[in-house]
Amino acid sequence: MEFPEGLRYTRDHEWARGEKGEVVVGVTDYAQDQLGDVVYVELPAVGASVTGGEPFGSIEAVKAVADLNSPLSGEVVAVNDALADDPGLINRSCYGDGWMIRLKPSNQGELAQLLDAAAYRKLVEEL
Amino acid sequence: MVRYIGHTPEEEASLLAAIGAPDFESLLEQVPAGLRIEGPLDLPPAMSEVELRRFLGGLAARNYDPNRTVSFLGAGMYDHAVPAAVDHLALRPEFYTAYTPYQAEVAQGTLAVILEFQTMICELTGLDVANASMYEGASAAAEALLLAHGATGRGRILVAGGVSPRVRGVLDTLLSSVGLAIEELPSDDGRVDLSSLRRLLGNGEPAAAVLVQQPGFLGLLEPLGEIGSLCAAHGRGAHLVASADPLSLGLLAAPGRLGATTVVGDLQPLGIPPQFGGPSGGYFASRREHIRRMPGRIAAETVDSLGRRGYTLTLQTREQHIRREKATSNICTNSGLMALRACVYLSLLGPRGLHEAAAQCVQRSHYALAQLEQVAGVQRAHGGPFFREFAVRLPVPAEALVARIHEQAGILAGVPLSRFVAARDRDLLVAVTEKRSKAEIDALVAAVRQALA
Repeated sequence: MEFPEGLRYTRDHEWARGEKGEVVVGVTDYAQDQLGDVVYVELPAVGASVTGGEPFGSIEAVKAVADLNSPLSGEVVAVNDALADDPGLINRSCYGDGWMIRLKPSNQGELAQLLDAAAYRKLVEEL
Repeated sequence: MVRYIGHTPEEEASLLAAIGAPDFESLLEQVPAGLRIEGPLDLPPAMSEVELRRFLGGLAARNYDPNRTVSFLGAGMYDHAVPAAVDHLALRPEFYTAYTPYQAEVAQGTLAVILEFQTMICELTGLDVANASMYEGASAAAEALLLAHGATGRGRILVAGGVSPRVRGVLDTLLSSVGLAIEELPSDDGRVDLSSLRRLLGNGEPAAAVLVQQPGFLGLLEPLGEIGSLCAAHGRGAHLVASADPLSLGLLAAPGRLGATTVVGDLQPLGIPPQFGGPSGGYFASRREHIRRMPGRIAAETVDSLGRRGYTLTLQTREQHIRREKATSNICTNSGLMALRACVYLSLLGPRGLHEAAAQCVQRSHYALAQLEQVAGVQRAHGGPFFREFAVRLPVPAEALVARIHEQAGILAGVPLSRFVAARDRDLLVAVTEKRSKAEIDALVAAVRQALA
C-alpha cells in the first residue's frame, strides 16, 4: 500500500497535491484497493464550486458506489476526461494518471489542515 | 382431510426436540409480552380445500371469459388474441411461482428471457437500451419524466391531452412530491395542437419533457414525426417521451427514430389477457447516454471465467439496494412474468406476425366505424387517423345503450366516455382488435341499430 510523502490526505481516503496555487485531487491506494475494479466515476463540470468535506461526485465499482468528498473548498478548473473511457486508471495509477479534478482553492490554508502521509498511514493501519 | 401446512404434529415435536425447545411459543420469547396477541385471531373459521375451491370458484365465475364474451372494451386494456403457446410456457410452475431472483446469476434462464425481451423492445422502439420491464405503462411514463427531470435539471412537463386520464392520475401521484409542474397541451379535435406545442416549447421556462401517448386515449394517432421535429427545433433540449402501444409498433414508425428520447408503454396487448385490469407489465427504453438514469433491472450478456457465454444483471449501482436514497427509483419487485408472456408472444409472431396483427386491428376497426356510421344517429366524435379504437357520438346516453346491448345481445359494446369526462355522456369508446371477426362486428352494429330503434 502506497502513501506518497508530498501529498495531504482526508479521513475518507482522498488525496490532495498542491501545484502552483492549484490543488489536484484523487482517491488513495487504500480506497482503490477496497473498491476493486472501478467501472465509472461521476465528476463535476469545469467551473462548478465544491465545498470542503462535501461530495463532488461518486465512484462506482461493480457492486458498490461511494461519494467522493472534496478535501477543500474551491472552483473546479480541470477534470480528468480520460477517466470516462478508462476508469481503471484509478486502480492502476491512483496518484498519477488516475487523478480526478484540479481545484482553485478558495482558502489556501485548508490544504495544511489535512493529514500528512504519516498520519494517514497510521489511520489506515488502524482500520 | 387435507392439511395446508406441511409439517405434521409429530414432525414439529421432533424438530423442537432436536433444538432443545420445549414448545413453539418458547421460540417467540424475544417478542415483548405487551406486543403479543392473546387468544385466537378474529377471523372466520378456516375453510377446507373443498369449501375454498367452491367459494373462490364462485367469485371467479363472475368474470367474463374473453374467449366466450365478445368485447369491444378498450380505454387502455384490449381483448387481443393470445396464442396458446404463451399460456403453455408462462404457466410452467418454474416461471409463475418464482419471485425476483436474489442471486440473479444463478437464474440464467430468467436472465436469458429478460435479455431477449430487452432486445425486442429496443427493436420496436428504435432506441439503444431497454430495461427488464416495469410494473405497467403508467408508472413507466412517470419514471421517464423523472429521468428527463434528472437529466435536464428542469421541472416543467408538457403533457398531451391524449394521455389517458388513468396515466395522468398516476403521474400526479408519483410526481407531485418531486416538484414537477405538469401543463396540459392544447388539443385540436383530440390530437396535439402543433402550433400551441411550438409556442409552449419556445416560450417561458424550458421544459424537461413533452409526454405524448400513441395512439391517444381516444384512439387517435398523434403526428409523432412532426412533434419530434418541433421538439428538436424548439424544445431547447426537452426530452420527447412517447408512451406507445407496443402492438401498434408492429406497424408504426419506431418513436426512437422520430426523435423520442425515451419510449415507454404497457405490455398488456402483447399476450396478456385483460384479466379484469391486471396484472400487466410495462416497458422502458431510452438512449444510451441516459443508461445510468434508467430505473429497473438491466440484463446483459457476458462471459464466465471459462469463456462461456452467460447472463448477468448490470449497472446495479443505479438501484436502491446499492445507491440507497440516491437511487434512480425505488422499484423493488417486478412484473417479470408478464414480460415473459410479452417475450413469448413477440417471439412467436415475429416482425411479420406483429405487423399482420396490427394491420388487422386497423382494418377491422375501420370496417366497424364505417358500418356504425351507417346506423341512423351515430356519428364519429373526432376526425383523424386511428389504429384500433374510436369514439362515436350517440343519440342516447352511452351507459344506457351499453347496458341494453349487453342485455339483448350479450356483447360488451364499449366504454362510455362519461366514466372519464362527465359531460361526454353520449360518447362511446369502441375498440376493435384483430380478434374480432366480421360476424362479431356485424353483430355489434345490428345490436346498436336494434337498441336505438
